[in-house]
Amino acid sequence: MLKQHLPILLVIVPLITAPLIVLLRRPLLSWMAAMLASVVTLIIAIPLLQQAVDQGVISYAIGTWPAPLGIEYRVDAANAFVALIVALMAVFVMPYCRTGIAAEVRSEEHYLFYAMMMLCLAGLLGILLTGDAFNLFVFLEISSLATYVLIAMGRDRRALVASYQYLLMGTIGATLYVIGIGLLYLQTGTLNLADLAQRLPVMGDVRATLAALAFITVGISLKIALFPLHLWLPNAYAYSPSAVSAFLAATATKVSIYVLMRYFFTIFGETVVFDARYTGTLLLALSLAAMFIPAVVAIFQKDVKRLLAYSSVSQIGYITLGISLSSVGGLTAAVAHLFNHALTKGGMFLILGGVVLRYGGASLERMAGLGRTMPIAAFAFVLGGLSLIGIPGTAGFISKWYLVTAAMEEGQWWLAGAVMLSSLLAVIYVWRFVEVAYFREPPEGSPSRGEAPLSMLLPGLAMIAACLWFGLDATWSGSMARAAAEALAGAWK
Amino acid sequence: MTNDMMLHPGLLLIAGGILMAFVRGSARSALAVIVPAVALFMVWQVGDGIFGRVGFLDYTLEFVRGDRLARIFGTIFTLMALVGGLFALRQESRIEVPAAFVYAGSAVGAVFAGDLITLFLFWELMAVGSTLVIWAGGASARAASMRYLMVHLFGGVILMAGITGHVVDGGSLTFEAMKPDSLAHWLILIGFLINAGAPPFSAWLPDAYPEASWSGTVFLSAFTTKTAVYVLLRGFPGTEILIPIGLYMVFYGIVYAILENDMRRILAYSIINQVGFMVTGIGIGTEMALNGAAAHAFAHIIYKALLLMSAGAVLYRTGKRKCTDLGGLFQSMPLTTICGTIGALAISAFPFTSGFVTKSMISQSAANEHMMIVWLLLAAASAGVFLHAGIKFPWFVFFQKDSGMRPKDPPSSMSWAMVIFSAFCIVVGCYPDPLYAILPYPVDYQPYTGAHVVFQLQLLLFSGLAFFLLLNYLKRTLTITLDLDWFYRVLGTGIASGLAAGTSSALAASARGLAIRLGAFGVGLYRHYGPTGVLARTWLSGHMVLWVAILLLGYLVLFYVPD
Repeated sequence: MLKQHLPILLVIVPLITAPLIVLLRRPLLSWMAAMLASVVTLIIAIPLLQQAVDQGVISYAIGTWPAPLGIEYRVDAANAFVALIVALMAVFVMPYCRTGIAAEVRSEEHYLFYAMMMLCLAGLLGILLTGDAFNLFVFLEISSLATYVLIAMGRDRRALVASYQYLLMGTIGATLYVIGIGLLYLQTGTLNLADLAQRLPVMGDVRATLAALAFITVGISLKIALFPLHLWLPNAYAYSPSAVSAFLAATATKVSIYVLMRYFFTIFGETVVFDARYTGTLLLALSLAAMFIPAVVAIFQKDVKRLLAYSSVSQIGYITLGISLSSVGGLTAAVAHLFNHALTKGGMFLILGGVVLRYGGASLERMAGLGRTMPIAAFAFVLGGLSLIGIPGTAGFISKWYLVTAAMEEGQWWLAGAVMLSSLLAVIYVWRFVEVAYFREPPEGSPSRGEAPLSMLLPGLAMIAACLWFGLDATWSGSMARAAAEALAGAWK
Repeated sequence: MTNDMMLHPGLLLIAGGILMAFVRGSARSALAVIVPAVALFMVWQVGDGIFGRVGFLDYTLEFVRGDRLARIFGTIFTLMALVGGLFALRQESRIEVPAAFVYAGSAVGAVFAGDLITLFLFWELMAVGSTLVIWAGGASARAASMRYLMVHLFGGVILMAGITGHVVDGGSLTFEAMKPDSLAHWLILIGFLINAGAPPFSAWLPDAYPEASWSGTVFLSAFTTKTAVYVLLRGFPGTEILIPIGLYMVFYGIVYAILENDMRRILAYSIINQVGFMVTGIGIGTEMALNGAAAHAFAHIIYKALLLMSAGAVLYRTGKRKCTDLGGLFQSMPLTTICGTIGALAISAFPFTSGFVTKSMISQSAANEHMMIVWLLLAAASAGVFLHAGIKFPWFVFFQKDSGMRPKDPPSSMSWAMVIFSAFCIVVGCYPDPLYAILPYPVDYQPYTGAHVVFQLQLLLFSGLAFFLLLNYLKRTLTITLDLDWFYRVLGTGIASGLAAGTSSALAASARGLAIRLGAFGVGLYRHYGPTGVLARTWLSGHMVLWVAILLLGYLVLFYVPD
């Protein structure tokens, strides 16, 4: 009985929790409510993914109103998998918030923080599950608005500017997206994604449809932070509270990537998007630029949070590169990296948050001798770095392997080379941390030996451990990525 | 499966190395000797066949493949770790020896790897381990270690691309002999050759190895290049292109070693020269030539380590490394002099030393295949080896003029390590049969024929005569030899700080011009990519929106223009 309502429950639980938290108000109670809600979403997400893999497509009509009239939730292996990632990240980040946020956000704002986290979570999950183009926009706005508030809560005053810029850019992105679906609605008379998926490919090349595609692509690319639309991201990640950086890095851009893949492959279809025009080439060019330019920028960064942020932009390039190949192999690589990078970067941001707590800042210079003052955190951070590089035995290697194989299956040898060369850039920026943390003496006045509180350390360690685990045994993540890729490439037809 | 892994000699060395990083004092010393000894024992417990299968992605990895070829390389690598560990007991760096054991363990892991992914895994680990060994050499070694790491990671990139391509082409993941008939296989070959120090990537070796500490170089000389020899032996036996590559390496090593002044750089160039012999043998590809390459790798590791140990002992006692600063040390360092000379004789393939019984197998197989030119070049090279390593190194370091220094022989752990390897050089030279018995193919070869011994002695005597006749020209002045590495060294330093002073005068003027440009490139890179650079600074929102507009326009135009 409950089982068939899983899709809606996944979104409803955090959505209801948010106002509940506002009513509860007390920091501890708010945290407990948020923690509980996150765990429940994860508990819902797991059987939902199982169901989606078993059944193919699950269609859920909200309020039992049938699809074209009412809003439909449409779940398959692709969005259920990404939803699981999001829920998982929430569960990792929540226990961390208790101490992490206490240091970074004023206690009278705590309840707001948790309420916003829940809204953000609900928004992201809503984007994933909904089968309605406009409903997707609504959730996009819910999650974005919550994100703006979360970023602005950062201790650094520059957080306000970062949040404001993200607000501007995010709003432009969302507007472009709405213009896109408006055009689609005029053409097809439907906002239901499955209906769109059936009507669009048979319409052929109608200019308004193509314009819609362009608007949607650029709007979503903004939310993805695809180079050169990434400019809002480094500040947003660098100045927001650590828990927020970790959560956003692992989820927000990933969900937008899912939306792009859904529109490209399921709704417009490969033939319209890729075969007849240069979309693939342009996306490829942007991805390559993303892989190299922000990675070089990351090398020169003096602030580790910004370093990780630029590295994220660069890693997003790998994912969109997989998309631009427009093959099942490429999509598998994209989804696999989505998962692996979420684990890696989320874990690294969490670990870094503990360091920031003890050091009072994320400047690289100040972290000299970190290997001695915080040995566990420093080591875990390096392990995460190895995964960013893609050393065998880490999750990053699995993505790289899939990506290189996919490129070669398309006969694109040089792309395989480009992927590997750009990982050399990752070596350099990870090495900079290693050098500072392990081969320099702790300067005068750096904190004495000791780790961050366990509640902050353990979630980070768990994610880094997961990142190693999925590097050694990629059976599950690999098969899920493939199932998701196949679902994206046309199961809705 | 777990049992197989427990008995993996490479993993044992790696684990032992990591453990050593956390203990001190006598426990650490004990580990330094016991761990490689046990690993050596375990190499011989690996039976023929495949063990340690592990599922990974859609493939099955074979962590251990036991056969004759793997075993001989496993033996010499663990033996090297054992004696090297003994030599380095006095090393004060806490990183170096543990890193060296990780490095040695991954080399052992690479030779036992049954499939290409496992090979790649250990290949990369080897690069990390060896970089740390160089890094531990002190502040002056830091930059060199980074250049070294970049070359090897780049080699790893090429290798990985090759392996993936090989798999995508439908090749089996098992590591077995292949031919350079597709792009993928070429990439694999190039990846291997970069580690072997083949042109145009020879320069990383003399650039980085001599920068390590007095004991670090001993470890470094053994594993990376010889693992490359192993993978070429296994993967590309009889590939003809390897003959000219090998010969080039042989002469490259000789020419630069003769020009060189730093004693450890002389020996580093001579590694390339010696690996050149092995690569040539692999290119010839007959059973005898392959046996010769394997045997020569075995013997070479021992005498080259011995030479570098004696050089390390001198460095340890005097702190000097340039031939022009040294000399006359035989009076106070008799043991080091004797051991160094034995190593020098062995590398020159003097009869009754290990070099004689192994190198001759390669030249003999060239003769058997009627490769006249190859044989002649190898013979000429033998004379050249005697010139640069056989006489030049001991002469300038231990004899020649009296530098006035009276350092003592090194402490007993170092002396014992040198004595053990000296004994190996002589015993293998006099009784080659046990070594011949463990070679990959059955051996039907008799090194000690009258003609052969006489030929070799004549060759050595005449080149010895030439050395002393030409001594005035060979005297080293205080110079640094430039090589292809100049390009990336200058590029590297150019980005950081412009050209370092001290390049030889003839090139200095033009170098300065280029360096200024490279320095400008570095400054430009920083200007655009640095924290305040155009690509990294916080942008006005208006500029961000401009990008959105440009991209939107781009997409619209692109969509309206059909393919």
